[in-house]
Amino acid sequence: MQRFIIRRLLLLIPLLIGVTLVAFVISRWVPSDPVNAALGQNAVGDEELVAAFRKKWGLDKPPYIQYITYVTKLVQGDMGISIATHRPVIDDLGRYLPATIELGTVAMIMAVLVGVPFGIISAIRRNSFLDQVSRVISLIGVSAPVFWLALVGLYIFYGELGWLPGPGRLAIGVDPPPSVTNLYTVDALLVGNFSLFLDALYHLILPGIVLAAFSMGLITRITRSSMLETVDQDYVRTARSKGLKESVIIYRHTFRNALIPTITVLGLSYGNLLTGAVLTETIFSWPGIGQYAFKAAVSLDFPAIMGVTMLIAFVFIFVNLLVDISYVFLDPRLREG
Amino acid sequence: MQSTTRSGLSDRGKIKAAALTGPQMRSKRSNFEAIRYFLRRNQLVTIGIIIIVFWIFITLAAHFIAPFEPLQQNLVDRLHAPNSTYLFGTDQLGRDVLSRMMYGGRISLPAAIVVVIVAGIVGTLVGSIAGFVGGTIEEIFMRTTDVFMAFPTIILAMAIAAALGPSIGNAVIALSIVWWPNYARVVRGLVLSIKENEYVTASRAIGATEPRVLRRVVLPNAIAPVLVLATLDLGNAILVFAGLSFLGLGPEPSTPEWGRMVADGLAFFDQWWISAFPGLAIFTIVMAFNFVGDGLRDALDPRLRRQI
Repeated sequence: MQRFIIRRLLLLIPLLIGVTLVAFVISRWVPSDPVNAALGQNAVGDEELVAAFRKKWGLDKPPYIQYITYVTKLVQGDMGISIATHRPVIDDLGRYLPATIELGTVAMIMAVLVGVPFGIISAIRRNSFLDQVSRVISLIGVSAPVFWLALVGLYIFYGELGWLPGPGRLAIGVDPPPSVTNLYTVDALLVGNFSLFLDALYHLILPGIVLAAFSMGLITRITRSSMLETVDQDYVRTARSKGLKESVIIYRHTFRNALIPTITVLGLSYGNLLTGAVLTETIFSWPGIGQYAFKAAVSLDFPAIMGVTMLIAFVFIFVNLLVDISYVFLDPRLREG
Repeated sequence: MQSTTRSGLSDRGKIKAAALTGPQMRSKRSNFEAIRYFLRRNQLVTIGIIIIVFWIFITLAAHFIAPFEPLQQNLVDRLHAPNSTYLFGTDQLGRDVLSRMMYGGRISLPAAIVVVIVAGIVGTLVGSIAGFVGGTIEEIFMRTTDVFMAFPTIILAMAIAAALGPSIGNAVIALSIVWWPNYARVVRGLVLSIKENEYVTASRAIGATEPRVLRRVVLPNAIAPVLVLATLDLGNAILVFAGLSFLGLGPEPSTPEWGRMVADGLAFFDQWWISAFPGLAIFTIVMAFNFVGDGLRDALDPRLRRQI
């Protein structure tokens, strides 16, 4: 078990070097010339200015020294200055991240709470009416464009029926709770303001469902198929012939074994979720890093969007590290080997 | 013997027929029958194929069947609800939504196909070499795959758009960079199991070189799952392209493109038809690719469900 975890942690080293290296290459060579990008077209003719700029930012040094400087800065949290907001990118990320964490967590919870039971029921009542319904819903989830779902959802539940609130994190005119975590639901509870908590939660429902749709579909599909694969195994037949209760067979013998692919997909779909956040947040005026990334892309703010890219890559690596480590607890064979 | 009795051929006739048709003819016919049997049992695949063919036809024939010019503005008729002249209504500039919708797949469909083909080829090469050769090369290849897997598709595409300017070409490049790792992972897994087969040992025993074993013996057996993955993936690639152009990071604003058209409707919330119909187009074609991909995967090998 320890060896497995240590090996997995050691793998982080090449992974992090690789990710920073790719990001370094993209940020050095993709904007055809950083000097041009930073100083503007007119200053490029001024050779003295260009030389001074190159010296100041270390662009006259060999690439590997530049890379080391880049990584050193990154470790210190220096991701450059946003061209649009004139603030350090890391500060901007800190400001916008909580809203995304709140929305993403709610979406992930919804996706798991709906997707896993749907997948299980679908598999044990194969070809029943419930199975058909859950298959259709999961197919809609993985096929419908998230931005379109958002618009249709807003049109029906906000515009026509008025059941759910419109865009934004709180009702218009309502002040946010005193900032502690910047997760409005948590902060509202911390100061004991229950109606504010409900308002924040109310505003999370529609964007949460829209963002969850794709992952929910994915989780339902993978749970169903891995359950179907496990119910045919010999040990399930053995359990049944021992006369165990059906619920024990399903949860202890089938579901636990079907869980590993589901957890894997969960980790991988976290990336999808953050990608979906760009579209969802843009439509729901949700002040998270998705909207920040969108604004940065539209205003050609390269340092800002590269900051978001790196942040999401790191989150993805971290989440998948947790997923891999969770295998140890799910699969006893890994504990020994 | 039985089949000849049933077909009523004499012994001589049987020999003659066998000589005429030969084994090839028979296998072709049974292939055709197998496909028919498969389609009858998997109606969703049939429906999916019909939808895909429908959209490809509409997209290719848009010039001939669209009732109006997709770019033609008619400000007098702006924001009309669906009616007998404009079946799907008009947008904020009085352009016919139906006509624009017919042209709307001309960018994202080919772009998605290019990305999937590039990713499929690169991923298959990386994955098969890693799985076949093993050792240090496998480690290096697969760790590189992990690195590219960590980058978020749409956001990296946005970063490239921010650096090089938004265009479909740049979006295709950006997405190809991050799209291949999935294929590399699946193909490596397949190659690892294929290379244990006895026919691989046999081909080595008769003196085939390693590259030849990989190319002629191992890879052909990995192609079918890759095609299934690509079919399922086409839907995803269309979704991502539609998302990029919805955000304004794809083609020019006035271009009739499905994602772009949905974005046009954003400012005209009560005129639901502006965004509802193009959104429906994306939805149906992505769903169709999922129908076909699912059906093929289940038919191919149920055990692949885990991998793909």
